[in-house]
This record gives sequence, C-alpha cells and structure tokens, in this order.
Amino acid sequence: MSQKQEEENPAEETGEEKQDTQEKEGMLPERAEEAKLKAKYPSLGQKPGGSDFLMKRLQKGQKYFDSGDYNMAKAKMKNKQLPSAGPDKNLVTGDHIPTPQDLPQRKSSLVTSKLAGGQVE
Amino acid sequence: MLVCQGPGIGSVTHKSTWALGARTKKWLLADVISTVEFSHSGDLLATGDKGGRVVIFQREQENKSRPHSRGEYNVYSTFQSHEPEFDYLKSLEIEEKINKIRWLPQQGAARFLLSTNDKTIKLWKISERDKRAEGYNLKDEDGRLRDPLRITALRVPILKPMDLMVEASPRRIFANAHTYHINSISVNSDHETYLSADDLRINLWHLEITDRSFNIVDIKPANMEELTEVITAAEFHPHQCNVLVYSSSKGTIRLCDMRSSALCDRHSKFFEEPEDPSSRSFFSEIISSVSDVKFSHSGRYMMTRDYLSVKVWDLNMESRPVETHQVHEYLRSKLCSLYENDCIFDKFECCWNGSDSAIMTGSYNNFFRMFDRTTWRDVTLEASRENSKPRASLKPRRVCAGGKRKKDEVSVDSLDFSKKILHTAWHPVENIIAVAATNNLYIFQDKAN
Repeated sequence: MSQKQEEENPAEETGEEKQDTQEKEGMLPERAEEAKLKAKYPSLGQKPGGSDFLMKRLQKGQKYFDSGDYNMAKAKMKNKQLPSAGPDKNLVTGDHIPTPQDLPQRKSSLVTSKLAGGQVE
Repeated sequence: MLVCQGPGIGSVTHKSTWALGARTKKWLLADVISTVEFSHSGDLLATGDKGGRVVIFQREQENKSRPHSRGEYNVYSTFQSHEPEFDYLKSLEIEEKINKIRWLPQQGAARFLLSTNDKTIKLWKISERDKRAEGYNLKDEDGRLRDPLRITALRVPILKPMDLMVEASPRRIFANAHTYHINSISVNSDHETYLSADDLRINLWHLEITDRSFNIVDIKPANMEELTEVITAAEFHPHQCNVLVYSSSKGTIRLCDMRSSALCDRHSKFFEEPEDPSSRSFFSEIISSVSDVKFSHSGRYMMTRDYLSVKVWDLNMESRPVETHQVHEYLRSKLCSLYENDCIFDKFECCWNGSDSAIMTGSYNNFFRMFDRTTWRDVTLEASRENSKPRASLKPRRVCAGGKRKKDEVSVDSLDFSKKILHTAWHPVENIIAVAATNNLYIFQDKAN
C-alpha cells in the first residue's frame, strides 16, 4: 500500500488520527520483536545503531595474522590444540589467534562467468 | 505505455523472459550477480559479479527472418575486471566483488564503463574489431617475418572483414583513494568528472587523471568513538553538474552544491522524515538506513530505499517525502529473526523507469515489486525459472501476512530469505527490465500491442 502525503491538508485531523492508529498497530509487532530480541540477548547495547555496529561494518575484511604470536602460543600450548576459529572465521575472540588455516585461501584462477556461457532459455 | 495496465494489477503483460545463468542448482559464490546497469541508450546491459567479472549483453537488432529474436539480449563481451587482493600493510582482504558499474555516455564507436570494487575504480573501454589488415610487407600471413633481402616489391596492406571481435581493455585505474569501502560511483553530467563514495568520504575524480582526486565530503569524526552514521549511497544530479546527494545509515539524505564551497561537509539541503518518538524501537534506526538513492530522470525528484519501503522526495521539500510505497510491510513482525540472520542489513536497490512514472525494487523469495506512480497501483512479481515460462505473462504474487492463507498466496513464514533480489535495472526508454536473482539474470519485456 502506498501513501500520498501531499494532499493531507484539508482532511488533516482525520488523516492524523488514521495514521495514529495505523502506527500503533504497526508499532506493536515491532515492539514485540524487540522484546523477543532482548530476551534472547539481554546484553544487547542501549544504542543499537551506535559505534559498535558501525565500527564492525567499517572493519569488514580485517584479518590479522602474527607469526610471532602464533608460534609463541603454539609453544605455550605444547601438545594442546589451539582454540579454533569456530564457524565465523571473521571474529577473533578470546584466546583465539588466527592460524594459517583461518586465513582465506588465494582464490583459484579465472573462470569464465556462467552468464557468459550463453545459456539462454 | 505503462507496465502495469489493464483491470487490476492482474494483467501485467510481459512478452519474453530470458533467464541467463547456470542451469544446475550448484553454483559458486563467485557467480552471484552484484550489480546490473543498462547503458544510456539501453542497447547494452552490464552485470558485475562477486568473482570480479563483468558480462555485457547487447540487444539484438530487429531481424525479419527471425521475428522471435527481436530485442533479445545476447552476450556481447565478458572480462575479468577486478581480482582479489590482500593489503599487507593493513592486514585487509580486498574482495574482487564488483560493487557498481556505471556507463559513460557514448561519444564514439567505443563504449566506456566504470567498474568498482571496495577499493579501486577502473575505466574500461569496450571496442569492436571487424576488420583485419592483410598483405603486410615485412611478415607473412601467418605472422612469420619475411627475409628482408627477398622483398622485391612493395604492396599496400588492405583491410578485410573478419568475425566480430569485442575487446575490453582497462584505460584508467583509479586507486588508493579510499580508506573505507566504496559503495557508489556516479558519472557527472559534465561527462568529465565522476564521484566515488565510501563509508565516510566522497571523492571527485577527473576521468583523465588517475593520480589525484579531490575529497569533497568527509564525515569522519575526529574521535572514531563518536561515529554515529556512515554514507550509504551517493549520486550526481542528472543535469546540474554541481549538485550531488548522499544518503546515510540514519535515514537522512544530504544534497550538496559544489559551487558553494570546495568541501561539501555542510549540506545545502537536508532531507529527513520526522519520526514519531513513541514508535521508536531497537530496530528503528537500522530499518531506516537508506540503502540506495536515485534521482529521477527529470531531476526534480529522488527516490530512497530503506529496509521496508521506497520513498519519493521532491527536491524542493526537505521536510518529508511526497510518496511512500511499502515494499514488504509484513516483515515488520519478523524483525527479530531478520536481525539474527543479518537479513535486516540487506542493501536493496531501486530504479525509475524512463518516464519516471513507475519505480521498481526487489524483495525476498525472488519477488520484486513495481509501483505505478500515476495509477497508484503496485504489483509483486517473481523471478524464478519454476514459476515463469519463456514468452508467457508473469503472474502477480501475493504474500499472506497472517490469518487464513488464500490459494496462490505465499505465507510469510515460507518466504525464502536466501533468495533476495537486491539489484534491478530499467531500460532508459522502453519497458524492459533486468532483475538479478542471486546468480541468474532475468530480462522481462512488455508485450508490444
């Protein structure tokens, strides 16, 4: 549904009332969703669109590997395994030190796009 | 001629469907299409993908002997535009994914386009070669050098026709100007300059000069802890070469005039829709983030896409949009799971038709939406092989938000959120649209007569 807002002036009051109820109805699902999220993640910050989220966005692609750290950690651990990266290899948390396995492999050489294969139907 | 016509939206007519892409379900991540753009005349259609490749399609000329192929788009050229890189100094992986392609207006026989990944913009020249010189004096036809002592006569090489060869060559490489990730490029109406925008800065380039660019917008705070918003999209005005707009993650749009000052940190106009504070939630700012901004062809309006809606703004009115079209309002009750699976951060694009009478944007489940601004009708269509046969009309789709699901309706819970249509393009003149559904490209045409 689309709303045209420029013709609101003559019927402004009823328009606003309508918008109020629409917004209240629209608000309920959003607030319910927010409650669900807070229940699952109680530590979720007060400022959702704030620095943390944006900083993560700006740092996309950052991968750190320090061979010194890696070898020191290996020596410390001796026979134990280093903590692995887990499913999300982009997040470096806790004691995890990026290992060569975590870094992206150099991608394979050029393969022609399948779109250029001319398979038209 | 409007795309949405006839009694009710039910009779959207589309003549031909071409689905281009892999036949099998198995496809590589590299095949995901990341940008689609028609050239200024519409005869060429360029796509970029996650693997850094560009594929250009060309519209076939009308041919009486093959009436069915009228107006079909076939592969014209393909090349590797960008490669994956690793910035060792910053420990940063640079994806080869093509974020945007923008065509330059045609000036000669050759065609030019700009393609960009996160860090580097490249100017590509695409030229045709259909003649070959034969009869050289110093070498044979197979290329071997002739013995100069044996050359007794001179001949003039002649040009002979050959099979058409389309060559793409990089003419300019605009690098090292962006610390953050490039999200937009836009060619200026002066045909000499263009802008590139990343999360925090916008640079102005001259197409001929690669070692310098001017920074015209910089929103990086002195203390990064104070960062509250980023630039999400930017575009030059289609006619006024001094005007540009950029949108932010907070749902605002700023219009800048390069004549007023060299550094456009202070906007000339500020567009923001007032928000009802009582309806604010955790998700409010995230879903208000503008993922795309596009000027109308007329230059009088601009359109913004946020997570749930498309808004049309009159450039003369900053206080609120003149139109708001709901794309998939039923997702408001799914925001929690959409936040968890990161879909709430999906960046949908939007586009105008040639006459600015209709707008189009994508959604989930391979659905895309079209809104007719004059008749105030809208329609949901699906781009998928299973549901559309070539040369048949597209059937409108309906999503059931709740309650009893009618026959032919799709319930919100059965929507496939991995099938997102982020990129769509509309032919600059005719009713032909290109829709990218993950790794497949669909081209739909309006039935003539």
